[in-house]
This record gives sequence, C-alpha cells and structure tokens, in this order.
Amino acid sequence: MSELRELYQELILDHTKRPRNFGTLEPATCTAQGFNPLCGDELTLYLVLEDGLVRDVRFQGRGCAISTASASLMTEAIKGKTADDVAALFRRFQKAVTSPVDSEVNLVELGKLAALAGVREFPLRVKCAVLAWHTLRAALEGHHEPVTTE
Amino acid sequence: MSRLDVERVRKDFPVLERNVNGKLLAYLDNAATSQKPRAVIDALTQYYSRYNANIHRGVHTLSEEATTAYEAARARVQDFIGAASAREIVFVRGTTEAINLVAQSYVRPRIREGDEILISHMEHHSNIVPWQLIREQTGAVLKVAPINERGELELEEFTRLLGPRTRFVALAHVSNALGTINPAQELVRLAHEHGAPVLLDGAQAVPHLAVDVQELGCDFYAFSSHKMYGPTGIGALYGRSELLEEMEPYQGGGEMILAVSFEKTTYNRVPYRFEAGTPNIAGAIGLGAAIDYLVGLDLESVEAHENEVLKYATRELSKVPHVRLIGTAAEKTGVLSFVLGEIHAHDVGTVLDQEGIAVRTGHHCAQPVMDRFGVTATARASFGVYNTPEEVDRLVAGLHRALEIFS
Repeated sequence: MSELRELYQELILDHTKRPRNFGTLEPATCTAQGFNPLCGDELTLYLVLEDGLVRDVRFQGRGCAISTASASLMTEAIKGKTADDVAALFRRFQKAVTSPVDSEVNLVELGKLAALAGVREFPLRVKCAVLAWHTLRAALEGHHEPVTTE
Repeated sequence: MSRLDVERVRKDFPVLERNVNGKLLAYLDNAATSQKPRAVIDALTQYYSRYNANIHRGVHTLSEEATTAYEAARARVQDFIGAASAREIVFVRGTTEAINLVAQSYVRPRIREGDEILISHMEHHSNIVPWQLIREQTGAVLKVAPINERGELELEEFTRLLGPRTRFVALAHVSNALGTINPAQELVRLAHEHGAPVLLDGAQAVPHLAVDVQELGCDFYAFSSHKMYGPTGIGALYGRSELLEEMEPYQGGGEMILAVSFEKTTYNRVPYRFEAGTPNIAGAIGLGAAIDYLVGLDLESVEAHENEVLKYATRELSKVPHVRLIGTAAEKTGVLSFVLGEIHAHDVGTVLDQEGIAVRTGHHCAQPVMDRFGVTATARASFGVYNTPEEVDRLVAGLHRALEIFS
C-alpha cells in the first residue's frame, strides 16, 4: 500500500485537483494535441516562445490524476526555460519514471517533478505521466499531427 | 434448474488460484475476456500433443482425427445457438471478423448510394466501423437509433428509423459497456417488417444467456470464443443458409476453393467458401470444449447465478458514496459500469489492482456510449460463472480505499 501512497502523494493530488496553468492561451506561438487512446485522455498544450524561451504555457484537457498532475507540474517546470533546457529536463524526467525500480535516480535535479517518480512502480501508468511531455516536444518541434501514446 | 456450485466451478479455473500484488485474484473483467477452465486448456494441449494436423486434406490418421474434431466443434456451435444446419456456421477469428465478413460479402454488393444501414447508439466499435467503411465504399447512409438514460434502446425511435431505404440492421444482442439486453426477437421482427435482414452481435450474450438463432429470427449472429471461456482468435458467424449461399467469398486462398486454374476458379461450398487458408483448428476445438463446459453447467443456472451477483453488486455499489452507475437497464447481464466521483477510472483501476481486483477502465471500445453519458471513461466490473458476492465485497472495499486516497 505504501507504493500507492507514494504514487498518489499530496503534491500529485494537489495538482490533480487544482491544476496550474490550466486553460487556453491566445495568441500562442505553438500548440499541440496529445491523446492516450487506451483511456481516452486528451490534452492540448499552448506555448508562447520568445527569443528561444518558454515565456508562457497553458494546457487543457481531461485525464487521470497522473496525467493531469504531470501536465500541471510540467508547465510550472518549463516556464522561463530554453528549448534545450526543456529537452534535457524531459530526458531526465523520462529516465526517472522508466528506470528499474531498484536503480538510483537523481531526484534533486528534477525538483518538484520528482513527485512523479513513484510511477516507476506502476509500468502501466508511465504513459499517463509522459503524455504531456511528448505533447510538449511535438509543440516545440512544430508537429501538426496529434501525439498518441500508442 | 439446479443452483450453480460456484466453489466447484472456481476449482475448474487454474488462474483463479493466482495472487496479484499479494492478494488472491478477483477477476471482474469478463466482458473483456473470460478465464479458461482446465477442460479448454486440456483440449488445446491434447490437440497439439496428440493429433495436430491440417484438416480437409491428407489421408493420414492425424489429418482425419483433426478434421473430425474440427467439424465436431462446428456441430457443437450449431447445437449451442440452435442453428438449423452445421453449414450455417462459419469459423472466423472472432465477432469483429464476422461482422466485417457480413459487411463486405453480404451488404456491400447489395447496397446503393442513399440506402440505409441502421445500428444503435450502444454498439461496440466493431459494430460501427465496418459500417462506416461500407458508407465510404458505397455512399450508403448510417442511421443510429438512440438510447435512453438507463441505456436502453428507444424502441419508438428505432421503429421510426426503419424505412423504405433500410437495407440492413446490425445490433448488439447485449451491450458490452452497459450490459443492456436488447429485446432482440422484437427488433428482428420490426426490421423484417421493413424487409431488412438483421445481424446480431452476440459477443456479450452467448456467455450469459441461452441463445437460439431460429427463435430470435435473426439472419446473422456473430460471437467470439474468448468471452465464453474458450480460446482467443476463434469465433463463429451464423448465417441463414439462403443468405450464405448467395454471398461472395470474403477472402481468397486455399480451403475456400474446389478447383483452381489461371483461367477460372470454382469456389467451395458453404461454409468452407468463407474459411480461406488453414483455420484456427486448435481454437475451434477449444471453442467446442468451452461449449461443452458451459452447457454442462446449465445456462439457466449460470444466468441465475450471475443475476444474483449483479443484483448484489448493484445494491452494494449504490451504497458507496459518489458512485454513479452507467447503464441501469431493466434487463441486464452482469456488467456494472460506473464512475467514482471526480476520480478518473484509471486511478480507480490502479487502486483496485493493488488489491488484486481486475476491472476494465476506459471507454470499452464504445466511445459513443461514453459521449451519451457525458463521461470519457468508466470503470467496469463484469461478472462470470466463477464470481462471488465476496469478490463484490472486496470491490466495494477497494472503492472505499480509492475514496480515502483521493479525499
């Protein structure tokens, strides 16, 4: 049961119930859509990029606790960062949620995103945690096709 | 009718002894696929270890034994659903393939632009998308009969949608997402009054109800083996022989032919005409064993038992705060779809899985049903022959646990 408590810890539940940066952004310099066809989760990301920096970001959609909290935490984490910093953070985050349960993960460099590291214990939920990030990458790379987890 | 001895039934299913996350498995995902009794597993093992051979060819002993077993399985399917002849039973991969076969081989050549196909709002994607393909291929129109708040077909609207241009009607016998049992016999009668043949999607019906296709009066009936305790990758299409006889082949290949030259090919007779290539021989034999098993339990007893579990579960889940049941039809099989307050179905599913309880979460391949009830996903508990009220109690405890975590 401790794994469940770790998965659904307070910070996650707080972001699920009160997602930050929730809503649309107009005008946005880039947007992208993400879907998880297995559970019907959907997410639209709006970004304002200026001088290579993420000036503003918002998201909209419907999803489970993990995907909503992950999107919310992500928007907080990437504001003010360069595209390169964002890409590096994505790599660190992806590693944290997909690496074997018994391996060491550097949680310090993840900041608040470390709250999602408990997803490692639930392989079926990793897709929920990374949906927002894949959508973000599509937005930054200017892809027009919606992103799907499948 | 004798009372089902559930404890004895449970012993027939090896997987039910398994622990999941340290708890005894409570398998409540039968509408997705059912578990397999030892009799079915043994039938597959027997085939592969004793008489594996290709069928309808070769004069050697193994080939003859395999052919006999395969055709005996066809005869069991015939008996099981009350078909007039074994020739009316086509082995397919499952319900999905059966519906696609009818769509392409029966409906497509007979439908013109502006003609109508009537389905309902409670269909599984597999009884929607094949008709959308026909719409794209022919310019036919797809009409959808609505359902009410309880998840029952609106009979008056259904009747109103039957018209002079209705060429075909395809309906779920039982809804996979809601559990609703449609008044199939009545619906077939109404469609026939308008001259429209009817296909019934029986995937969710055959594991739970005694089905007699002649009594139902339907023209086609499709079902899968894996939802009725048989192997995956095999199912059956029943078609009235007059209709099967006039249908074009579905796929070309071996088995479905009598003679082939580069100038001309003579097709085999029904049902082999629709079974191109080496079929799923083991699967068909396994399906036969599953039918024997289910019939051996007595379908009336099965229905009564599952009804009891459903009633108990409906009552107990209704007492859980914030539970909203989706699908409350008067006539239902053991399917209980629900949402738990604002908690997403996926999160409910994860909490239950930690308790060893398997339920389905998501849109159940019935997104129009989800839209109808204004949800994106539900959790769904669906019951089979081996489920017990104690497992329902564990489900209820698991839901309280989810509420506690997300409070």
